[in-house]
Amino acid sequence: MTSTLVYLDVIPAEGLGKPQLELLAAGRILGPISAAVVTQPSDAVVRELGEHGVETVYTPGDADLSGYLVAPQAAWLAAVASAAQPGAVVLDNSFEGKEIAGRLGVRLDAGVITDVVALEGDGTAHKTVLAGSYEVSAKVTSPVAVFAVKPGAAEAAPAPVAASPAVKAIEVPEGAFARAARITARTDRPRSGRPELTEAAIVVAGGRGTDGDFGPIEDLADALGAAVGASRAATDAGWISHDFQVGQTGKTVSPQLYISAGISGAIQQKAGMQTAKVIVAVNSDPESPVFEIADFGVVGDLFKVLPQATEEIKRRRA
Amino acid sequence: MGDTLKIVVLVKHVPDAQFDRHIGPDRTLERSESILSELDEYALEAALQLSEARGGEKAGNQVIALTMGTPDAANALKKALQIGASSGVHVTDEALAASDAWATSLVLAAALREIGDIDLVLAGMASTDGETSLVPAQLAERLGLPQLTFASSLEIEGRTAVIRRDGGTTSDTVEADLPAVVSVTDQINEPRYPNFKGILAAKKKKIATFSLADLGLDAGQTGSAGALTRVEQAEPRPARTAGTIITDEGDAGMKLVDFLAAQKLV
Repeated sequence: MTSTLVYLDVIPAEGLGKPQLELLAAGRILGPISAAVVTQPSDAVVRELGEHGVETVYTPGDADLSGYLVAPQAAWLAAVASAAQPGAVVLDNSFEGKEIAGRLGVRLDAGVITDVVALEGDGTAHKTVLAGSYEVSAKVTSPVAVFAVKPGAAEAAPAPVAASPAVKAIEVPEGAFARAARITARTDRPRSGRPELTEAAIVVAGGRGTDGDFGPIEDLADALGAAVGASRAATDAGWISHDFQVGQTGKTVSPQLYISAGISGAIQQKAGMQTAKVIVAVNSDPESPVFEIADFGVVGDLFKVLPQATEEIKRRRA
Repeated sequence: MGDTLKIVVLVKHVPDAQFDRHIGPDRTLERSESILSELDEYALEAALQLSEARGGEKAGNQVIALTMGTPDAANALKKALQIGASSGVHVTDEALAASDAWATSLVLAAALREIGDIDLVLAGMASTDGETSLVPAQLAERLGLPQLTFASSLEIEGRTAVIRRDGGTTSDTVEADLPAVVSVTDQINEPRYPNFKGILAAKKKKIATFSLADLGLDAGQTGSAGALTRVEQAEPRPARTAGTIITDEGDAGMKLVDFLAAQKLV
């Protein structure tokens, strides 16, 4: 069993979110856990951390790291690691999580594995590479291992034995801010109310065949409680924001169900969807490569097929 | 215009993502059919635009393409020179094979120190092979430079670099003083293609070659010997096979829902 330090970003006011509880559960696979929390946690959050197995909570005291891009966070986390002496550090797989992981790897001479979808107790990490075409298991060979873990890698659940964590402040090292990039403005991005694309159980994605009208895609997504996705052709055409792009340079998704509509399925488009459990494709061109990988394919007009399916789902649910 | 810029763009020779890619029996990537990583073209374009806005090469701006890898990786540099980079640097050594991000950033940091007096290190948001996005952050850490990563826009005002970074829930403006490490997304620009003039001009441009010894590194620090991660197993995912394909006869939407219901997905 390797004692593991779990890095948690800002904790929402209402308490730990599901992704953070999943990270704690992923850490527990490796051994007893402590947590490095970048903001001062309330007593209720400390109790919640204890219920999820955290034995020690490390905080940066009064230091505010929120105005800087990852460098001070990495410097502070390295300081926590030198106090806690973990055998492994677990972070989330966001841009920030991976970058802090990378910098921590340099500071601790530690190997870093990103995009982890499952961890084993002996430190074996599983991931998919080459756009979902290979499954790889990998190990870190240095004394300390750093893992950036994707959502869903472990199930959020209280620890078998709760702990009463001690809270310890670890100072941010002097000079940590000197060469850091400063965040000078922050604006909230519009939210759709739909599930986050990378975490959604169902994704409905549209491509060139929508001709810019994502209405049927969105309606079906809403009937299914799904996230909306898009091919690069659709985002490059400006029909929908780049945030929705699935594929090689967008987001790789692994939902239970992926419904592809008006997407031909060239290799780069397949890449984003091929780790989905079930693939459904609707396309008017029977020669589309997407039909080679679809569990259920409809050769037809998405403007007729999707609305009919949407109505049928609503009718069955009524 | 203001000061000139010396920009190094990191470029990588990677298997073409338009084709099926394979991991060999030695658990490393098969590198035939390799090209300049598509995502690096955005970094090169950003560098060229910054240079051109300051009068280009004639005014003393430099855009240096840097790669590490097999002798073949020079092809990525040649493409970068054809597109418009002013010179290339190739770190090549047999001991580099199977370097992970940790070892890669060690070698690239040494090469950047060797090049010296750099204002800006530019990289793509990820390589299209390893896709870890670790190297820019690790370079910034090793070189003690600020990092401005995942930029969807980049401007240099005086000696300050300003980027926009679009995260999951917020869009941030981030700035830092030069020199800095910047990585850019595929939203930052439209990369140009090499033209005939560029292809001819590239033949006269210089590529400097460094070995590990030239950089003061030894074989044990890089490649599979220096990597701190090890791939234990690599299995192709079972190929997906086509399932049921129907042609819409007016009721395909209903049949689609029947299929979803049978799979317990609705």
